[in-house]
Amino acid sequence: MSPESPTHSLTLVIAEQKDGVLNRASWEALAAAQSMGAPVTIVVPGAKAQCDAVLQELAAADVTAVIALEHDALAGYTADGFTQALAAVVAAEAPSHVVFAHTYQTRDYAPRVAARLDRAIATDVIAFKDASTFVRQMFQGKVSADVVLEGPAPHFVTVQIGAFRADAVKRGAGAPTRSVPAAVDPAKIRQTSEAPFREAKQAVDLSQAERIVSVGRGIKAPENIDLAKQLAAAMHAEIAASRPICDAGWLPMERQVGSSGQTVAPKMYLALGISGAIQHVVGMKGAKTIVAINKDPEAPIFEIADYGIAGDLFEIVPAMIEALKS
Amino acid sequence: MKIAVCIKQVVTREWQVRVNDEKTWVRDADASWELNEPDAYALEEGLRLKEKHGGEVVVISAGPARATQVIREALARGADRAIHVEGDHLATADAFVVADALAAALKDEHIDLVLTGLQSDDQGFAQVGVVLAEKLNMAHSTIIMEVQVESDQLKVKRELEGGWFQWISMPLPAVLTIQSGINQLRYATLKGIMAAKKKEIRVVSATAGSPSRQRIVSIYLPQKSKQTRMITGTASEAAKELVRALREDARVF
Repeated sequence: MSPESPTHSLTLVIAEQKDGVLNRASWEALAAAQSMGAPVTIVVPGAKAQCDAVLQELAAADVTAVIALEHDALAGYTADGFTQALAAVVAAEAPSHVVFAHTYQTRDYAPRVAARLDRAIATDVIAFKDASTFVRQMFQGKVSADVVLEGPAPHFVTVQIGAFRADAVKRGAGAPTRSVPAAVDPAKIRQTSEAPFREAKQAVDLSQAERIVSVGRGIKAPENIDLAKQLAAAMHAEIAASRPICDAGWLPMERQVGSSGQTVAPKMYLALGISGAIQHVVGMKGAKTIVAINKDPEAPIFEIADYGIAGDLFEIVPAMIEALKS
Repeated sequence: MKIAVCIKQVVTREWQVRVNDEKTWVRDADASWELNEPDAYALEEGLRLKEKHGGEVVVISAGPARATQVIREALARGADRAIHVEGDHLATADAFVVADALAAALKDEHIDLVLTGLQSDDQGFAQVGVVLAEKLNMAHSTIIMEVQVESDQLKVKRELEGGWFQWISMPLPAVLTIQSGINQLRYATLKGIMAAKKKEIRVVSATAGSPSRQRIVSIYLPQKSKQTRMITGTASEAAKELVRALREDARVF
């Protein structure tokens, strides 16, 4: 038996690759796992050639081992294939914790792996307090909660994109790598997936914009979008929006900023009537100067803003347009 | 086709969240409530599939007595009947407990397709649909933006990050978690509201299923990650000062 605490003996990090290219968020999950203090082993699922393409890159991290979890049936992602493969490797490695980045792929199958093994899972975690206490946001980011996972190990944790720094990953002397055939029965994979595609060519590349004026639910009606456009014009800024505005068709989908839209890092991001739900914030928190105008002084957007005005945007925006003329 | 739509009652987006004295939940005794937004899209998708393919839409909610409000609303929008798995503990339960409660009530219903929102606006686990699929031994897919049904096959458009999508096929029965914006929501008509009064709501008690795996020990307002300069004054004063600060201090243009 290891002399270490049985509650925290080994952390498995599940890295994500697509066609042999690592998802950057995997490094954030790795940094999170390393911060927990226990030894870390990386598992990367995929077809052999895909795993081979990323093994050495992963082995540069300060970890005990990198496991290529290989099977031809894992070449393309399916929920059933990945659930089988991960449930088996987690059972075999018997870690105390399993850490994923909270990507759309993780969201699709990590809860199913935890349910199959009947183990606790905390999703979209933003910080670790101790081996069983994790911080996650609730009520659209309006509050944070310390939650304790209960029941036998391993405990599953998915970490919010951007909550841990990829560049904080500790490098090592070159970790050993090994291949493990994934225990996948292809006959039990019910899903078949086609190649990913984009709906339409993105006409607007918001990631290159220097200034962005972005609108949210607080704009209230489609006829008010014009007011935001006038402000954007006066600031020589691109217009953008949060998801509900694009869902409603008030601005085209290609103007959407957030986890399902574009990720931007302009010099200035002005959020008009945007509450600051995490799905939006992950797409814009890299902006150099963030300005928030919102009628609710407790809106989460103010937590990340450099400048804030708690007030009626329908009074403030016309006054700003006027002030910009001088 | 028999469709079940799992819905949750959540506090309205406008409600000012206040933490209770024990810091273990929010002070929601005086809150206003609404149908969780992604669940509303799941319900709409279920109603559209029924209109196209025939069958039945059964709406199901695991929650305390007050959840009747959103069940009635779903019936008024067009669901045929409802199951209310009632239990006070379900208001704050973790995803395993909720999924267990739903699975127990659905297992003898011979459902072809289960729809639910991709996550709730309160705890936001994004787990219930996926865990429910495991408990019902059904195929699943998440974050769905289009649903096509052909005989016993499903073809769904799954959203990926950054504007990418992917088509996934799978056999029925299946569980799908629906993304907001998949369709245009309908609202209840007066006729629908009247008709809903005659529709069945079967109330069942939540049985002891999975033990809770997640416990909230403390809820608090988030720590600020930045020093925010709040600009006050009249709209005109605040606007002028903001423009000045952006020009001269932040130098964004």
